[in-house]
Amino acid sequence: MVRLQTEPFDPGVLLSGFCRGREETGAVVSFTGLARAGAGAVTRLELEAYPGFTDVEIERMAEAARTRFALHDVLIVHRIGEIAPGEAIVFVATAAAHRREAFEAADQLMDYLKSRAPFWKKEQGPDGARWIEPTERDLTDAARWDKPAAG
Amino acid sequence: MIRVLLFGRLRDVAGWRERAINPAPASLSALKTVLAAEDLALGEALAGTGVQAAVDKVLVRGDTALAAGAEVAFLSPMSGG
Repeated sequence: MVRLQTEPFDPGVLLSGFCRGREETGAVVSFTGLARAGAGAVTRLELEAYPGFTDVEIERMAEAARTRFALHDVLIVHRIGEIAPGEAIVFVATAAAHRREAFEAADQLMDYLKSRAPFWKKEQGPDGARWIEPTERDLTDAARWDKPAAG
Repeated sequence: MIRVLLFGRLRDVAGWRERAINPAPASLSALKTVLAAEDLALGEALAGTGVQAAVDKVLVRGDTALAAGAEVAFLSPMSGG
């Protein structure tokens, strides 16, 4: 499931809910991303999405990961709108029979979300506002998954 | 009528987020011409590298015909989350 929301979320509550009622799942991996203050350079993040487009694109990636890694379930919660440093901005959880698939799927989904997901991000700071684009590292991280899986 | 949405930098360049364009241009390229005629800076930004267009929430490549009532979104290079 993919959810975009303006309200803050509690990653612990999301993880507990995601783990509940599973008898065949041996591994749940979760990742929580927090908004960074960048040593005072960022006072606020603004994340814009295109409703009906952004969520559909992310849902498509979640489905692809579900197939590729034989996942039992995926949950992606992403904040949009205004986000303060220290707040959770993204939560990804994957459930699989075994840990390797759950780890790799969460890793791939985060690389996708950080580099290619249709968001527009603006940082507000003491020196004004600036639009953010993926870093070189974000792009090379994401490209790791473009090769077909080994073996 | 065509509903036009701007995302990311484009919104700052134009100073608006959403507009209705009347009468409806027949194609994506005609719509860009209309927008550029009103606002040169926006016209240049729309032609910039990495700017994509979505018609009724589906990405399109190149030019395409527009039906009346279509929603056209111009997307600045995406930042990721």
